[in-house]
Formats: sequence, C-alpha cells, structure tokens
Amino acid sequence: MELFIIFLSAAIVNNFVLSYFLGICPFIGVSNKLTSAFSMGLATTFVLVLTAVVTWLINHLILMPAGLDYLQYVAFILVIASLVQFVEMFIKKTSQPLYRALGIYLPLITTNCAILGLALFMVLRDYSMMESIFFGLGAGVGFTLALTIMAGIREELELADVPKPFQGVPITLITAGILAMAFMGFSGLI
Amino acid sequence: MSKTQTRYSEVFMNGIWKQNPIFKQVLGTCPTLAVTVSVINGFAMGVATAFVLLFSSMIISLIKKLIPNQVRIAAYIVVIATFVTIVDIVMKAQFPDLSKALGPFIPLIIVNCIILGRAEAFASKNTVGRSILDALGMGAGFTLALLVIGGIREVLGSSKFLGTVILPATVEPMLIFILPAGAFLTLGILFGTANHFEEKKKAKEIQRAIDNQMGAKNVNVTAAETTETAEKEKEA
Repeated sequence: MELFIIFLSAAIVNNFVLSYFLGICPFIGVSNKLTSAFSMGLATTFVLVLTAVVTWLINHLILMPAGLDYLQYVAFILVIASLVQFVEMFIKKTSQPLYRALGIYLPLITTNCAILGLALFMVLRDYSMMESIFFGLGAGVGFTLALTIMAGIREELELADVPKPFQGVPITLITAGILAMAFMGFSGLI
Repeated sequence: MSKTQTRYSEVFMNGIWKQNPIFKQVLGTCPTLAVTVSVINGFAMGVATAFVLLFSSMIISLIKKLIPNQVRIAAYIVVIATFVTIVDIVMKAQFPDLSKALGPFIPLIIVNCIILGRAEAFASKNTVGRSILDALGMGAGFTLALLVIGGIREVLGSSKFLGTVILPATVEPMLIFILPAGAFLTLGILFGTANHFEEKKKAKEIQRAIDNQMGAKNVNVTAAETTETAEKEKEA
C-alpha cells in the first residue's frame, strides 16, 4: 500500500513536471507532437527506473559505507550520463524499431533535470530499494502524462488565434499554468 | 584599443538583455520556476548559479585544449558538479535556512542548461578573459530575471516584499502566485510582454532606417520623436 502511495504521489499529486518543475526543458521543447511526446515519455520512464536502481545501489553499497557522501552529485551525474549512453547502445543492438522510435530522444535525457532530481529526492527521503523503483516508475508515468496532455493541447493550439507576442513559449507556459491548476485538484487525494 | 573594449563590454551586456538566458534563450527554466517564491530565494539561486557559471567557465576555458573532443560533455559536467558541491556545502554551513528552502534545487544547478550551454557555446571556444565576462553577464542576467519573477510572485502571492508586508490588509494575497501554477503564469505573461516590447522596438528601428533613407527634413523630426518615445519606454 505504501508503495502504491509513493507511485501515485509521484505520478499525479506531486507531478514531477507540474509541481516540482523537473524536466521543463523537454516539456516545452518536445511537446509539439503527440507521438514524439509519448516516445519521449516512454524513454524517460525507462531511464528513470534504471537510474533509481543504479543510483540506489551506488549510494548504499559504495558511497555511504566509504563515507564519500560529498561525492554524491559528481557520482550521480556520471552514472546517469553513462547509463543513458549504455541504454542507447543496448537498444541499438537489440531492437532496431525501438531504437528508431526512441533514438533521438535518448541523448537529450542526460540533461533532463527529472533524472537527477529523482536521485536527489531518493536520497533526501531515504527510500528503500523497492520504494525507489516505484518512485521512479511514478515519476516516469507522471512525466509521460504531463507531456502527452500538453502535446494534445498544443496540437489544438496550432489552430487557435494567439496574439503574436504570445506565440510559442509564452502560450505554452500559460497553458502549463492552467494545467498545473487542474492538477492541484488532486492534492486532496493522499 | 577602444574597439576591443567595446567588444568586451558587449560580451558582458549580451547576457543581461540581448541574450538573456531566461527570456531569450529559454535556458534554465526549472530553477526559475521552482525557487522564485520570494525575492530572497530567487536572489540566492541566481547568485549560486552565477558562482558556478563563473568558475566552471573559467576552468573549462583554461583546460579546453586538454579535453579530448569525444568526452568533453562528461568532462564539463564533472567540473560543474564539483563547483555545485562546493556551493552546496558552503550554503549548508553558512545559510542553513536558505539551503533548506532551496532543497534539491541547489544540486540541480548541475543540470541547469545555462551552465553546460555556455561551456559548450562560449567557454570552449574563447579566451579565459572573455569567458569570465560572458559568465558574469549571463549570471547577472539570470539573477535579474529571477529577482523580477520572485518580486512579482512574492508581492502578489503573499503581499510581502523581502519579508515585510507592503500591501494593505484589505488586499487579499493571491495564493495562486506562490503555488506552482502561478510560476508558469507569471513567466508566461512576462515572456509575452518582453516579446511585445522587443517587436515594437524592432518595428521602430525598421521605420527609422526607412526614414533615414528618405532623408527628408520632416521625416527626421518624426524619427527623433520615435527615439524619444523609445527612451521613455525604456525608462518605464
């Protein structure tokens, strides 16, 4: 039950994008088309869960026993960067269709704040291995959800008559604001 | 001599408005939205980012010839992460309250696109002196933008400015502005307004160029008028 609450909290109530502002760059950059937004969401979810496992192991098996807590940030970011690289190579070797679907989005994920944010929140909240995995999964689902909803709205926005100075980024931000307001409605859920 | 000097000042001023990291390049939006609940938080975040930007730009432009091209991004990130760790430890020791308020957003400076972006686009191609100026300009531009957003959100959302109440009690604070939704709305509206003035300015410049070409006396008068109004707008 606790695991489910962690999952739900990361996915909907404290949505990573709309209430922690993690992963805003791809949220604004890649949310033009529904299909690419969904692929980006899937790729990010995959990397999020992997990161949760690997950073937990590194933090609990190497850094904490050795008293190297101050190396956390350097270690995490290096792990994330190399992990993304490995995932890209692995997918390229094993599944060509998946690579073609996710390929271009994978390198972008390294600089997605959601990934490093996940690792930092995990440490801050002292999650166990299982909790971390569910947290990562929830964060990924929440990211995919926000990105897909946004892409759907933006496809409709193309047809709307937006004042010229507000076209592009400004209207996207305002839409995100309204979306965040809508998500506030979930706050009583947990 | 004067030529190089203007170019140096240009490098610095670029970051403040022409290529402002937030309003022009749309970089580093995560911390911008997350920590600007109040002026002081925005200021702390801006200074911390500027510090990391300054030192990482300096180091990266110093060692740019030593880094093999294939691993440059990883090398940049390690340099950046080292300085972020320093900032984080110093803040925890000296300003524990601020450090608690900013939470994981201090370590998240590592993935702030401004720093990696400037390292890749500027510091890796320019001399140390120019990189330092560029970092200072970008850092100042970022801090200014955070101050503006933080100011608007603090006044509207909690009727306070720098912690002291400035609006009369009859004005109900609009809570939405210190909630996440308000962050998106504030930045969106500011962004649109900035675009609006930029477009107006551009239109005026084109108009002025046309007027100058015509060279007629009466047209020159209107051109002078437009510059006057442009200056007034700037002041406003």
